Amino acid sequence: MLNMTKKLTVLSGVHFMSGDIACAEGAIAAGCKFFAGYPITPATEIAEHMALRMPEIGGIYLQMEDEIASMAAVIGASYTGLKAMTATSGPGFSLMQENIGLATMTEAPCVIVNVMRGGPSTGQPTMPGQQDVMQARWGSHGDYEIIALTPSYVQEMFDLIVEAFNLSETYRVPTILLADEVIAHMWGKVVIPPPEGIKVVNRKKPNVPPEKYLPFMPDDDLVPPMACFGEGFRFHATGLTHDEHGYPQTQSSEAQTKLVRRLCDKIRKNADKIIRVEEIMLEDADVVVITYGIVARAALSAVRRARENGIKAGLLRLITLWPFPERHVAKIAEQVNMIIVPEMNCGQMVREVERAAKETPVVFLPKLGEEPHTPTEIFEAIRRNSQ
Amino acid sequence: MIEEPAHPLSKYLRAAMMPHIWCSGCGNGIILNCFVHALNEMQMNLDELVVVSGIGCIGRIAGYINVDSFHTTHGRPIAFATGVKLANPKLEVVVISGDGDLFAIGGNHFIHAARRNIGIKVICANNFNYGMTGGQQGPTTPLEASTATTPYGNIEHPFNLVHLAAASGATYVARWTTLHVRQLTQSIKKMLQKEGFCFIEVVSPCPEIFGRRNRMRSGLEMMKWFEKASVVENFSDPAKAEITPEKIVIGEFVEIEKVTYERLLLDKIAKISEEREK
Repeated sequence: MLNMTKKLTVLSGVHFMSGDIACAEGAIAAGCKFFAGYPITPATEIAEHMALRMPEIGGIYLQMEDEIASMAAVIGASYTGLKAMTATSGPGFSLMQENIGLATMTEAPCVIVNVMRGGPSTGQPTMPGQQDVMQARWGSHGDYEIIALTPSYVQEMFDLIVEAFNLSETYRVPTILLADEVIAHMWGKVVIPPPEGIKVVNRKKPNVPPEKYLPFMPDDDLVPPMACFGEGFRFHATGLTHDEHGYPQTQSSEAQTKLVRRLCDKIRKNADKIIRVEEIMLEDADVVVITYGIVARAALSAVRRARENGIKAGLLRLITLWPFPERHVAKIAEQVNMIIVPEMNCGQMVREVERAAKETPVVFLPKLGEEPHTPTEIFEAIRRNSQ
Repeated sequence: MIEEPAHPLSKYLRAAMMPHIWCSGCGNGIILNCFVHALNEMQMNLDELVVVSGIGCIGRIAGYINVDSFHTTHGRPIAFATGVKLANPKLEVVVISGDGDLFAIGGNHFIHAARRNIGIKVICANNFNYGMTGGQQGPTTPLEASTATTPYGNIEHPFNLVHLAAASGATYVARWTTLHVRQLTQSIKKMLQKEGFCFIEVVSPCPEIFGRRNRMRSGLEMMKWFEKASVVENFSDPAKAEITPEKIVIGEFVEIEKVTYERLLLDKIAKISEEREK
């Protein structure tokens, strides 16, 4: 049932698409064969497009009864061998946190798109926000690491969801595409490369017979090879703390330390391989704007205007939000006199920037409501703080 | 030295997971026993079976059965199993969990899976309370029963699980007690051979946690209640299938044919694929 022509799977060519549709097409190009979700503004178009496209490529589109169930079904499909995803916004993202924790604990590769709107609670469903940055990192209980990427362009809705699937398959970790409403609903040019031009990574499979397979025994990269249900390995997985066999170890401090350390370390120790940033005009910069998502585009305009006005401004655009690009921020902080962090929230990523920047002063520009920062607002902040 | 012969059912169990966590007098072992007997009688291909469980005492059962198995978060085994079944419809996917997991925190997933008629087979151990957390009131606790959180007697009306399953669209619905091991084993076999969403409720003794608060201090006393009160009323109205101190209505209540979700989905995909090929 899952064999279809490659032509239908990857719509190579130049398109005019919304961010949500680009995201769905990117997921399909990355090999996604299972989507479970629940309608929610402003991510619904991803589900609608998946409902249209999944049957065409022999994949599964499933509307569940809520976001809790969607996330659980995604993990079930992932354990049965399919690349699986869901898409939601803040309220649904809150409901998914329980099973994002389960996916982290059982190391289920999967992708979650959160198109951020104004919160808290029902908030402003059709307005943009960047208020879920910390929830993406810390939303489920317990200690763990995830990966989160954030697009600034419609094209990146395509490119970064492909990367999100690749990272989730490589590290067996839920990977979150943290988009904002503006990018998701914006229409723009999207170039989809030919299939051979798209790098697609698949999870490591065990190379031992079933009787020798230990489902949670990691390789040197701290990631265990993954068998799937129905392949004859007959293995067990649980959300309880477990040993390499997957068997519960609810009383052992050693098992708890070993497992939770590894779940964190497999991301922390590979952070340099995972993290991506865009560095613009940083070589000689005295003042740097550090931001992400739609706000980075206004910041780019502002930085260019500052340069025209003789101010040595630069932009550090965070593409990877988690793990936090601490090294990049620390490095630029040593060079510049001032860091400016515009965000569409009351102060989330700025805390991480402050931590990494140490002594370098950090100016925070919050923004809530219908519009992202304008280039002028960010330019004025650069000018004020570079005198 | 005489070599100890292997138990004929040992291949169905994970010896490394023993001893199990269940109290003496608990009905969960009987349910496990009936389940593996059913597998054995059917000569089920164990590579094509997935057992999923939720949280609670019976939640540990997935780990005890030597097949692909997953122990989910509380209330979510049916939602997880939905992903498994659709990702590979050839797999036989069985959910075994408790009344609190399936009908309180997971109630929404149960009714929607039954409505879709997705081919998941659900066995519920109904022990009338939350055993693992120390015996609190749950969705099937009888009126006036004493539990850790109803010290003055329960004032919530309990769910009638077979009525709920039938009304939600299940294609096979039965209720047995752990006293009725032959009927339960046959019922499990029937369920595993059927397509669509199927449900078996197993009324199960919990003497240590529930029984001792309700004048049934031992497993034997609880089983005597099942023996005295159980009445087989096959294909009677599930709405009237009561569980009271005087009467436990058991038997098969629903056995119907209805096209499954996965069949409709695969047919749809095949049709679309055919159109696209033209």
